[in-house]
Amino acid sequence: MNRRTGFLVAAGCVAISTIMLLPLVYSMLASIKPAAEAAATPPTYLPHGISLDSYRRLWDYQEGLLTYLGNSLGAAVLTIVLTLLLTVPAGYALARFPIPGKELIFIVLLLSLIVPYQALLTPMFLMFAKIGLTNSAIGLAVLHTTIQLPFSLYILRNSFAAVPRETEEAAVMDGAGSLQTLLRIFIPPTVPAVVTVTLFAFIASWNEFLGALVMMSAGERFTLPVILATARTETSLGGTDWGMLQAGVTISIIPCVLVYLLLQRYYMAGLMSGAVK
Amino acid sequence: MRHRWTGLAYVAPALAFVLVFTVYPLGRMIWLSLHEWSLIAEPHFIGLENFRTAFSDRQFWVSFLFTLEYTALITPVLIVGGYLLALLTASASRVRAIARTIIFVPVVIGLGVSSLLWYWLFSTDFGVINRILLDLGVVDQPVLWLGVDAGTSNSAISVSVVWKVIGFGMILFVGAIQAIPTEITEASLVDGAGYLQRVGRVILPLTMRTVLLVTLVSVIGSLLAFDQFYIMTAGQPQNETATSVFFVYLNSFPYLKLGYGAALSLILAATILAFTVVQLVLTRRSEA
Repeated sequence: MNRRTGFLVAAGCVAISTIMLLPLVYSMLASIKPAAEAAATPPTYLPHGISLDSYRRLWDYQEGLLTYLGNSLGAAVLTIVLTLLLTVPAGYALARFPIPGKELIFIVLLLSLIVPYQALLTPMFLMFAKIGLTNSAIGLAVLHTTIQLPFSLYILRNSFAAVPRETEEAAVMDGAGSLQTLLRIFIPPTVPAVVTVTLFAFIASWNEFLGALVMMSAGERFTLPVILATARTETSLGGTDWGMLQAGVTISIIPCVLVYLLLQRYYMAGLMSGAVK
Repeated sequence: MRHRWTGLAYVAPALAFVLVFTVYPLGRMIWLSLHEWSLIAEPHFIGLENFRTAFSDRQFWVSFLFTLEYTALITPVLIVGGYLLALLTASASRVRAIARTIIFVPVVIGLGVSSLLWYWLFSTDFGVINRILLDLGVVDQPVLWLGVDAGTSNSAISVSVVWKVIGFGMILFVGAIQAIPTEITEASLVDGAGYLQRVGRVILPLTMRTVLLVTLVSVIGSLLAFDQFYIMTAGQPQNETATSVFFVYLNSFPYLKLGYGAALSLILAATILAFTVVQLVLTRRSEA
């Protein structure tokens, strides 16, 4: 590649990156505009003043921002815990143990890969309503775990399968039980896979919308995206509170972008090895 | 050496979970689809009546065709655009690596949240997109982007989703392009092939399977679209922009036609299943 082409490519990269970032930056800037300016028509390009009013209004909105953040975070943390509790032992066994009917079991475990959860929502809702899992963080986490389970199991099983036989045999010779072997021999080299699974489970649960909309009908149980969606069409005196909406968008986006930037390597590993989502 | 029941004990929790929360609802959905039920009266068996209703329901076809239209509109843009971005950013250099990271950022944010952001950008009076178009003199009236005309809404929503997910295809294409052995690309250089010829004759054929795979994943995702339409148009005008999942949602939850909703879910699941089987076969083959 000659210098001129190289320069053009670099310029193209910069231009496209700028276009991609503009909506996010513009939304963040809108969230710090004073109330009157955030409601202006036509909208201003850059904030004329800076204020945290929109964040204050969001903080006190209906049940309060902390309630909605707590609901979103609670579901996400429970999804991570539940996913790992189920898929770490199952992945270990599928990678290393003789199991009667192993092939069939594996196919059943990957079933939700071929049945989209959007199509199962009606019967799931009825079942959850019966056993008291609607309007509950555990219920939402159960739903999100059904979505994440195949991907997590697949990644972990492959990771456990890559652990050398020799180290495992040495541990067994020393009389270590299967659980000890898992914890001492198998977990340390598969920490990257566990991080990948955790990261994907967090992002998926934090961002999921339809299930949260259906399963959480009580206002104080809404997750952050659901309460923002209801706030978008609020017909109060001033119409939609655009500044507050963008404050909410900013707060929803920050955790995802941060964990992605910090754990990019793990994210890409998950994407490359399990692009079957 | 290992007891066979030990392995089963480790798999049991996950297996029980899937049986209760995936297999059972699946059976329940099939059972429901053969009944009429609105939560108030007892469900009663009506055979395939729900399916007959669906296929003669105008709204079912409107939502199904609209979903196909959206898929047909967005898929080529995502695949061609993603591939061009991959060609632009595929080789190792700091600028390109940063560009790849930035283009991928919207992929990790929520579709619901990104739809809220674009709902505002496309707003008639408060949206910056109309302001830019007015300032540039492209239009002389604010455009009614969302919820007034199905075609216009479809285009606007497609723009927002392209922004949101184009990085996904790009990253997978970059992976495929980088996996081509350098000897092959160098050999074509020795032949004196120009860049475009190299892309057409070497790079594209060798990454075709990834292109197919990403196409399928994109198509499945588009056929299951919901968040962006619920948030940006709420199905307006007159449910013309209600997608298939949206239609299932409306019938199951606000309207409480549970049997009918289940039948619609089943039709949707069968459609997706056909695409997914192809996708899984392709993935298996690419692993071999």
